[in-house]
This record gives sequence, C-alpha cells and structure tokens, in this order.
Amino acid sequence: MFNVGKAVNQDTSIRLGVDIGGTFTDVVLEVGEKQFSTKVLTTYAAPEDAIVDGMLQVCDRAGIVPANIDRIIHGTTLATNALIERRGAKTALITTQGFRDVIEMRTESRFEQYDLNLQLPEPLLPRQCRYTLEERIAASGEVLIELQRADVEVLVDRLKAAGYQSIAVGLLHSYINGNHEQLVREVLAERFPTAMVSLSSEVSPQMREYERFNTVVANAYIKPLMKSYLGRLAGRLAEEGVGCKIFLMHSGGGIISLEDAAEFPVRLVESGPAGGAVFAAHIAARYGLDKVLSFDMGGTTAKICLIKNQSPKTSRVFEVARSYRFKKGSGMPISIPVIDMVEIGAGGGSLAHVDAMRQIRVGPESAGSEPGPACYGRGGDRAAVTDADLVLGKLDPDNFAGGTIKLQADQSADVLASLGEPLEMDSLTAAYGLSEVVDENMANAARVHAVENGEDLSEYTMIAFGGAAPLHAARLCEKLGVDRLLVPSGAGVGSAIGFLRAPSSFEANRSVYMRLSAFDADHIRHLLGELETESTRFVLGCDATSDIEHEFKVYMRYTGQGWEIPVVLSAEQARNPDPQTYSDLFERDYTALFGRPVDGMDIEITVWSVNATTPAAQVSPLAPVIEGDSAPVAGHRPVFDAALGQQQNAAVVLRDNIEPGQTVIGPAVITEDETTIILPASRAAQLQSDGCIDITLQEQTATTDSAQLGAST
Amino acid sequence: MKQSQQAVLHQVMWNRLISVVEEQAQVLVRTAFSTSVREAGDLSAGVYDTAGQMLAQAVTGTPGHVNAMADAVGHFIRRIGVDNIFEDDVYITNDPWEGTGHLHDITVVSPTFYQGKHVGFFACTAHVVDIGGRGFGADANSVYEEGLYIPIMKFADKGIVDKTLLSLVRGNVREPDQLVGDIYALASCNEIGHRRLLEMLQEFAQTDLDTIGTFILDNSRRATLERIAALPRKQASGEMRIDGYSKPIDLKVKLDIQEDRIVCDFDGSSGLDKKGINVPLVYTKAYACYALKCAIAPEIPNNAASLAPFEVVAPDNSIVNALHPAPVALRHVIGHMVPDTVYDALDKILPATVPAEGAGTLCNFQVSLQPRTDQKAPANAVRSEVLTFNSGGSGARPAADGLSATAFPSGVMTMPVEATEHTGPVIIWRKELRSDSGGAGKQRGGLGQYMEVGAVEGHEFYFSAMFDRVDHPARGRQGGENGAATTISQDDGSVMQGKGKQFVAHGRRVKLAFPGGAGYGEARDRDPALVCRDLSRGYISAEVARDTYGLPESEISRVMKAVENGESH
Repeated sequence: MFNVGKAVNQDTSIRLGVDIGGTFTDVVLEVGEKQFSTKVLTTYAAPEDAIVDGMLQVCDRAGIVPANIDRIIHGTTLATNALIERRGAKTALITTQGFRDVIEMRTESRFEQYDLNLQLPEPLLPRQCRYTLEERIAASGEVLIELQRADVEVLVDRLKAAGYQSIAVGLLHSYINGNHEQLVREVLAERFPTAMVSLSSEVSPQMREYERFNTVVANAYIKPLMKSYLGRLAGRLAEEGVGCKIFLMHSGGGIISLEDAAEFPVRLVESGPAGGAVFAAHIAARYGLDKVLSFDMGGTTAKICLIKNQSPKTSRVFEVARSYRFKKGSGMPISIPVIDMVEIGAGGGSLAHVDAMRQIRVGPESAGSEPGPACYGRGGDRAAVTDADLVLGKLDPDNFAGGTIKLQADQSADVLASLGEPLEMDSLTAAYGLSEVVDENMANAARVHAVENGEDLSEYTMIAFGGAAPLHAARLCEKLGVDRLLVPSGAGVGSAIGFLRAPSSFEANRSVYMRLSAFDADHIRHLLGELETESTRFVLGCDATSDIEHEFKVYMRYTGQGWEIPVVLSAEQARNPDPQTYSDLFERDYTALFGRPVDGMDIEITVWSVNATTPAAQVSPLAPVIEGDSAPVAGHRPVFDAALGQQQNAAVVLRDNIEPGQTVIGPAVITEDETTIILPASRAAQLQSDGCIDITLQEQTATTDSAQLGAST
Repeated sequence: MKQSQQAVLHQVMWNRLISVVEEQAQVLVRTAFSTSVREAGDLSAGVYDTAGQMLAQAVTGTPGHVNAMADAVGHFIRRIGVDNIFEDDVYITNDPWEGTGHLHDITVVSPTFYQGKHVGFFACTAHVVDIGGRGFGADANSVYEEGLYIPIMKFADKGIVDKTLLSLVRGNVREPDQLVGDIYALASCNEIGHRRLLEMLQEFAQTDLDTIGTFILDNSRRATLERIAALPRKQASGEMRIDGYSKPIDLKVKLDIQEDRIVCDFDGSSGLDKKGINVPLVYTKAYACYALKCAIAPEIPNNAASLAPFEVVAPDNSIVNALHPAPVALRHVIGHMVPDTVYDALDKILPATVPAEGAGTLCNFQVSLQPRTDQKAPANAVRSEVLTFNSGGSGARPAADGLSATAFPSGVMTMPVEATEHTGPVIIWRKELRSDSGGAGKQRGGLGQYMEVGAVEGHEFYFSAMFDRVDHPARGRQGGENGAATTISQDDGSVMQGKGKQFVAHGRRVKLAFPGGAGYGEARDRDPALVCRDLSRGYISAEVARDTYGLPESEISRVMKAVENGESH
C-alpha cells in the first residue's frame, strides 16, 4: 500500500468516494493512510443498491462498519444519462410570449453542412409543453411590459390541471432582472405547491437565451428524478447505519450539499469526469507541477483537460448529449460553471474504416463491450483501436484485464488485413496507420484546446489514467512535445479518488455589462459582494466551520466583440476596483491569446464570477526516491514503435515487481491487471514513492520522432 | 521507409493541416467585431500553396465562400506580383469579382515563409456589417454606390501597416472601429495559421508544402473523379422563378454529367437586374458546386482538386454572372437560390436524392436606428446599425421532413435576441416558429418563422429588407405542396416591400413571416402518427390536419385533449 498523499490533517478520518458510471460503480474507502477500492456493476433500476453493495465490500475489507464513515462524496452520471436518454419528469416551460420555440430553433444552423439528410436533435420539451406569458424586460433590465399576476394564475391553474411535475421558468433578459420569474414562482407556490420549480435567473443567470433556457429546462427535467434518487440514497445509507453527511460532486470540480444538489441537479452533469480532473490536479499538487494535461481514455471516449497551478481549467458553458459524431453543435448547451474538458470519440473500442480518399478514419463509432473489438472473439468484424494495439504488440493476448479475457491476435490480424487491403498495407502497417490516426486525433484535440487557451503544451506534464490511456499516452507525448508523463496508481478508479480530494466549492456568476469607460467601482463592489455572499452560502451548507477562500473572475472583451476571455482578479483587485488595473490585466491576457491588442478600443466586462471554496487539501510532500537499479525484466516481446516506424524488442516488466526508485528503459512494456504502460524507445521510467510511474524523455534519443520519419521521405 | 508508411505520415499531415485552418477560423470568430462574423459565422479560412492552389479549408464558415476563396489567392498573386511578395506582408481586398462576391466581404491573404523561403499563403474572408456607401441593401444602381472599394493591395508591407489605407477606410464607413477591428482580426487569424504551419513543417522535417500538397490534391482528385464516374452520363435542365427586385427572375441551368466533370451551364437565366441583387460568377460557382458536392461527394474536403471537376459557366452579364460595375451587395439573395435550381435538374438524373425546395435565401434584414425626428428625441437616443441573420424552413427530404427555421444552403447561425438587443436600441418582440408554413407532403417541409421588430422608445429606423419568396414560394417535389410565402407589413397593416430600405416611424413595428420549405411526396401518404404529432405540437393547425392530411375529427379531438393534459406524445 502506497502513501496516497492526502491531506496531512485528515489522517484519521474515514471517507468514502462513490462514482456511478455507465458500466461500473466505483467505490473507494480511505481509512487514515489506507485505501480500499472496488468496482461493482451499476444497477440502473436502483443505483443506490450498487453503492450499498460496494460500500459494504470495502468496509468489510477495512474492518469497519458504515457508522464509522465520517464523510461520503458521491458523483454520478445519472443526471447526464437522464438527459441523454430523455428519462426526465413531465415538465413544462414558461417563457416570454413570442419566444416559445427558442430551445427548438437552436442556432438556426446545421452543424454538418454537407449532409443533406441531417437530423437535428429534438428539444428536451416538445412544443406543446412550452407555454408563454405576456411580459417583457429590455436588455437594460427595464420592464417594457409588466407581468400580470392574473395571467400567471390562469396559466398555473392550467399546468396544474395538466398534471405537470416540474416547471422551468425562462423569461427574456431575466439574468439582469429576475423579478418576473420570481413572481411566477410566487404564484406557483401559492396555487400549485407540489410542482418543482426552476428559475433561469437562478440556475444560469447568463445572457444568451438559447443556452439559458435549455439549462433551466434541463434542470427542471431531471429534478424530480434526482431529488427522489438522492432522498432514497440518504435513506438507504441511513438504514445501513451511515450517520455522516453526504456530499455531491458537481461539474465544476467541487462538492455541494445533498440538499443543494437536489435543487440544482443540472450542476451534477459530468461530475464523474470532473472527479478525474480533480484526481489529476491532486497528483499535480503532490509533484508541484503548475502545468498539467490530464488524459483519460476509456472504451469509447477520451477526455483531455488543462490543469494550471493545480486547478483544472473551468468554463461557463458546455454541450451535453452530442448526437452526431461528437460534433460541436449537435448536443444541447448547458451554461453552468464546469471543468473545461475536450471529449472526443476515441477509445479502445473505436472502430476504423477507409474513406473515399483512401484514408484511415477512426471512431467515434465504437464496438462497445458487445461484440467488442475483433480480438474479443465475440463476432466483432471490424478493426478497433484495441485490435491495433494487440497486433502492434502493445497488449499481451494472455494477460488482458488481469487475464479474464483471452485476446485472439489472429482475429485482429484478419480485420486489420481487410482494413489495409485497399491501401496495399499488411496488417501490421494497417495497425500502425490506425493507431497513428487515433493518436493524432487525440493530439489534435489537445493541441487545439491548448491553443484556444493560449497555452504551449511543450511546457506541460501529462497525467494519464483510464484503462486505455497508458497504452497511448507516451505516443501522445511524442506528438505534443511533452517531456514528462505520470501514470498514477489507482488510475482505474481515478474519479472516485478525485471526489475525496475535492474542496467544497460553488461558483456564482452573473451577466452585467459594464464598459471600462463607464467604470462604476461602487456597483462592482456591490455586485461582487452579492456573488461572494451567494457562493459562500452554498459552501457553508457543506462545511460551516472551514475557512473559505474566494476566487474572483471577470469575463472581458473589446466592446463590439462577441467572445469574452476570463481575467482573474486578486481579492484586492476585486474589492478595490480600478479601471486601469482591469484594462492592463485584460490586454495582457488578450495578447497572450491572440498575439496583439487592438489599439484605441473600449473594453467591457460582461460576466462576473466568484468561486467560494474551502482551501485545497494540503498535500504531503512526496518522499524522494533513491535512484535504484533496473527493475526486473520478466521477458521480451516485439512492440511496434510508431516514432521509429519499426518493431523493437521491448522488455516486459511487471508493475508489481518494481521497487520505488527502480528504473525501466524504453523500449519496454510495464504490465498490470487493469492496463499496460507502453514505453517507447524515446522514454525511460522510474517508480516514485507514491506508486506513480514517472516517464521522461531519454536524453540520447531526444530527436523528435517525426523528424526522423520525415527525413527519409 | 516503406511507401505505405509514408502514406500514414502524409495522412497525419493532412489531418494536421485541416486542424490548422480550423484553428485559424476559430481565432477569427473569437476576435472579430462584426456580429455577422462572431455570432453568425459568415467567414472562411484556408491554406494555399505558392501557386495559389487551395490545400485545405476550415469546416467552420459558409459555403458561399467555397470556390470564391479557392480562386481569390490566384488573383492576389497576379496583382501583387511574385517578385513583390515578402515576409510579414499582408494583402487585402473587397473586390466582389476577385474576392467573394460583394464589397461587404473583406478577404485578407498573408504569405507564409519558412527558413527564408516562400512556402504558401493563408487566406480568410469575413462579412462585415458596414462598408459605407448606401449601407447593406439592394438599393444601389452600381457597385460604386455600394461602398468603399479596396482593390487588391498591401495592408502591411514587410510588417508595416499602411496607415493611409486605414485613414481612408475609417473615413468612409459608419462603424470605423468595428471595421478596423475586423481587419486586424483577419490578419491575426492568418498569423495564427502561419505559426501552426511552421510547427508542423518543423515537426515533420518538411521544407515546404510540395510533398503534402501533391498528396492532398492527388487523393482528392481521384476520389472526386471516382464519384463522378459512378454517376449516369446524363444531361438535365432545371429552373426556378423567384421574386427579384422589381420584376421576377428566372434561373435556368443545364447539368451535363461527363466522365470526368460536371458542367453547370446557366444559359437562359435572366439578365442583370437594375438593383444590387446581381451575382458575380464566383458566388454562383460556390453555391452550384456546394449543391453538387452535398449530393455526390459530401465527405471529400474542399481543395483545389476536389472542386476542379465542377465547372460552372454563365453568359456574361446574366444575373448569375454579373460583371463590373453591376450592383452586387445582396448577391446572396439570388445565390442562395442556386442550389435548389441545380437540384431541380439533378433530381431528374439522381431520383430520391435531393430535397424539395426550401426557403433558400437567408431572411436577413438590417435595421438603421436613429433618434426620432417627428419630435424631440431623448438625450440618450443613439444611431446604430443592427444586422440579423434568420432562416426560413428547409425543403422536405426524400425520407425526412425539412428542418424548421434552419439555414440551407447557407451555413450561418442566427444571433441570440438578447445579444442583438445589446448591440443597439432595437427590440425583437417575436421570434418563433410559423405554424402551417411547411409545405404539406409525405415528408413535410420545414417551418418558417415569425419575427416582429421595433425600436426602443425615442428611436425610429430604416428597415433594409432582403427577402425573397414573397411571390414565389418554395415548390414541392413528387406531389408535395408548396411552402408558405414570405409576408411583410407594419403592425398598423401598412404594406412593405420584400426588398429595399424602408422607413419605419416612431412607435411602429415590422411584422415578418418567413417562408416554409416545400413538401416531398403526396400529403395523403403521410404517416397519420406524424400528422398527429405535428398537430399536437402546433406545427400544423386542426384545419390543415383535417383538410390537407385527412385526419378524422375524432383523432383531432383526441390529440387536442392529450395536449390539454400535457401529454408529450
């Protein structure tokens, strides 16, 4: 058991992290320094059953009872799945007259321009469930048409008679003036108290009606389901003797109370992947790394996140349930504070084909677990990424998933030979092509994401987790010019471990336009003060005693532009606002992103945000390892090295047999039950005292891979 | 290295190049000032070899720039002169004939040098909201009235920006900050593309774009020719009559599918119009080519080789091949109708492939707001130009309904109403789907939309209309019915024209109903379950359900009852 490097002050506390995923429910228990984890199959009908099952397993192994647990932190894909599978409650939207179809008309464009048979995703609520009221607020917040209580009463009675369970209220410009939405809530409370209510001015007080309305509808749609699930869960856990508080992981990478989660369930969307990012952030802290790229690759998708100064990068809007090849615009926008991740359809099961240009394409179509890649021998007849990995020697057919699935290399070779046939490639070259294409897809996604954020990846360290990531991570590093790669232990349950490291936090934000030429310091102090109070209230709901830190951020742009960039303020700059300082900060960040400032333009602030958070868990410094000898080699096998374009005789090393400080020199494969780490000829590895495999560039082969390839073309 | 391994490497580089131009386009969206670029995405971006052949084009952007962009760089090379191209140069034009079809599109081209050697160009185009002259609209009698004309010239000479040019630009347009900001945004997006390209050349140890360029063009050409060779060698004609400015316009095309090319000949189309709805041939080519690519080779990326086999010809000074100095500001109004015209012919060669006619032309309008003049205006009243992009319904497809309020063939987005109302003292009172506007059919046409536009208290405005299909709604295919026509009036009932700049007095609003797409197949063959669904959602009224689709009264009352009960199916 390795020192898991958690908060020094919490050595004796007992904490449980639970991540409900699509296939598995991951459970991690930490008792002081010790960590126990298990994976149980997710029980869709009653997800709490799997949690209780997993909890009892780990408690048993730790020799404790549930009553001993001090804190439970839970993240779940249930909210996301309910949106994707459209399993929400009977929900109505109340909106401004004249704007009934905002969530259906979307951006009025086609996300794929060359597909004549394109289908747009259906809105969450069909048109007959969207109702309107005569009222209007202007962009300035001024009331143009006063909302009449009598009109609301008539509508509410109608909704009650129709038997709706949940009501979303989204009125135009309510982010700047929420009074009319409040009035609707009052009337609902009075005449239809059993309805659950969500207001857009509370769920997502941001400008742009399509995103805001869609977000409030999503919240309302999953609220009854999530509220009932969370209630049942609390009950079941209490029956098992649990006496501690239960917290929920939210999409922004922090935790909130069960009660707040039930009120704003849309904030739980993508909480699992957020846990993964927090996991990586924690490892970054342990190693003192300020620039980290987390890389999580599973069976169907890969997720990439930038982690700066040990905090995952966040965003104010993202898209869930993409319906068309993960294409931007094909899902539904949700505008809430969220950890900013790129997700692409690249995983072990992603399938390949040859297109009209005779190019190999990979994903996003996936073989799933049934039939799975061809090498599973369950009837898969198209080449998947895992097939290529097997033919290239990256996987051992007799030792996949701890030996539970015997892989059939001949099946992989057959489907790869068919893939390569039109290209006159043998199965090995086709496997190389397939693997290069999927790695390039992921590298491109990472590259674009970095550039959009004005970052240069060559200064970054990659942290890889998830079943398929260690097979591809080193090649990605070669492609991205990343010199250092960490593969932590416990990577298989990384998200659940991440939950245990997450602070209590809540980000409150609001759209209010202010030009620097009309800078109003008092107004700013007041606004930021309000946001500070609001965000603090949520954190106090989790932890009434802890210190609370506040992070201030404003979104700025040149007046007339449409896209803002986030500018971080110190507490001092937020509490004593000064236009020159704001202007300087903006121009510095703008120049970093786009090369040069634009002279003579006014600057404006559009969104204000305050994130309240408990201090990050203090990290025990990593015990230095003594430079050891070479790790014991269990054998050799041929592995294709993509950078060299040829097979290499790679050493096979069992991860369990490596002592801290010992090294492995590439080309090598490091095997363990859940995954395999590929070490190309360009890299060397050393086991750290916390169980991480630390992979770095070998000096003698420091030429860039493709340069070698390219030189001979 | 084995040949097949080199192919892998080349493929990786091709993917990278597409990612580079995509990033170039994204930077433009994020730094531009005109709403047409930053919200609507009316732009394009691409990379070229030293001969001006386009190697890759960003997916982000609109088809109207497809070929126009492909041809533009050749004009720049010719005008600037090969010996006059230096590192850190930036070139600019808004020439409708050598750029992308009207003065409102600014094209910026930047040469790329690597290790002191000229290796290619980056180019990008964006639609700006104002370029001076009469303002964006159809009213000019010649291109001279349509605004400032910037011939192909250097915007920056070895990195030094031409201040004289900037002063001239500033002095000739209504929103100088916005336009100059956009020019800088165009230049910097090329700069970002250039940086990424250098990284790629370095990483793959290439000294220029020759090897990868040849690979891209060879593969694209071969793939496109394979698709064309698989088509029947046939000829067919298509035509469409549309509103025009003051008299109807006929678009006519003859498609000729040959072994290695498809020729679209627009002979027989109407001559020039007196007003600014004429189309330079580059723009006609873009949309004819786009229509054919969608139907024949949708997944082959745009580049010089994949576009070359589509040949488009039209008689000089016909409406689809307007020569200088014809007015062309609203060339999109006619240009957006080109795909449906081409499909009228293609349907006769490739049945059950192309959709019925749709709204076609984007339903754009520009509002020029000003302090009221009928009495004293409040002190805070301002002048402002607000351009919005909106869409009618698209045509029903052979196996699916048309898309409601969704642009086709254009690729632009609408702007959020909340964002529009922040750009000027305009109020959008209504923006929602238009019931019963989708042409009936086995597959129903997409719905158009209603809009209602007014000004903030204290303002009046000129409304520049750019609509078609007032008198010529979208026509159904295979027995499908026509979509609903465009209507426009003021809220007091006074009539307005579909095109042209018109005054709207203080307190008045403009009421608009945008056209629906046409139906495909006979309405009586429509699945009754879909008729019920359409009725429950209010896409169609009870009358249409009964009279057009033959839904029995009992079913109609059942559906209406379910709606009252909040049932969603």
